Amino acid sequence: MSGATAPRVAVVVFPGSNCDEDAARAARNVLQADVKMVRHDERALGDPDLVILPGGFAYGDYLRSGAMARFSPVMESVAAFAGQGGAVLGICNGFQILCEAGLLPGAMLRNAGLRFVCRDVFLRVESKRTPFTLAINKGDVLRMPVAHGEGNWTAERRVYEEMVARDQIVFRYVRSDGSRGEGANPNGSLDDVAGICNVKGNVVGLMPHPERACDELLGGTDGARLFKSFATTRMAMYGT
Amino acid sequence: MTVLVKVMLKPGVLDPQGKAIADALHRLGYGSVSDVRAGKLFRVEVDTDDPKAAREAGAQMAGKLLANPVIEDYEVLLEAADAPAGAAR
Repeated sequence: MSGATAPRVAVVVFPGSNCDEDAARAARNVLQADVKMVRHDERALGDPDLVILPGGFAYGDYLRSGAMARFSPVMESVAAFAGQGGAVLGICNGFQILCEAGLLPGAMLRNAGLRFVCRDVFLRVESKRTPFTLAINKGDVLRMPVAHGEGNWTAERRVYEEMVARDQIVFRYVRSDGSRGEGANPNGSLDDVAGICNVKGNVVGLMPHPERACDELLGGTDGARLFKSFATTRMAMYGT
Repeated sequence: MTVLVKVMLKPGVLDPQGKAIADALHRLGYGSVSDVRAGKLFRVEVDTDDPKAAREAGAQMAGKLLANPVIEDYEVLLEAADAPAGAAR
């Protein structure tokens, strides 16, 4: 990609974000992106193609994970960007923030096992309708790490059924062979949900960390497939 | 006035924390404990003498920030003015 066509990626930095540099690095290495780090108290996102809300413990996870971050000035800009159809990816704490902000449905509970879970998991791609999965096959199994204490996503039954009907479940936890069942779900989330999208499909949140699985040196590159898919989607939309 | 906002997970929403506490109580010998739900209590000082206004302010704060309506219910109470001020300290 030449400099002129490099995607612009905004990585939001909250007080307590700790995967912001990993996200920026993944965007630079996989997307050859022009990355802008945007502070929580800024409003200008810099006309990005993609906004990433990274993992961490924004505002110390006080009250509830994501509850305080939601009121940061930058979130008004993120909500406006998402409302215009802009691509937003929330990873781990970023996913929690998107739920608290109402940009994604549902909410997070403590992990069912009550422990902070830090290990590799397997995800099955359940929907191709997001920019991050458009170039991945439905049913493909991706391996990447999780690291969270509050990733037990849940929603009211009626809301969940609507989401399923609208194809808003993007990733589910599975075993290495792609089947659901015992041992696959690290946190007890409803119906093994690992990642979801909004109705339009432009806002995606997931608990696992794709940005930590973008380099063979770090144990795998399956996470890079999400970013590559985004690049493919962007090419298809805007041409080269 | 002092507004108390009590936040609890909705009935039916899994409470892993409450379950762990119940298990611990069982291990301590409290065999009669059949269920524990863990919640949060916020004690908010509001500069007003109007109970209605204080209550309304508490409800608004609960709806916007203190509780997450997807998973939690809240209850707003006023702390009785004649309660011994130092009782809880």
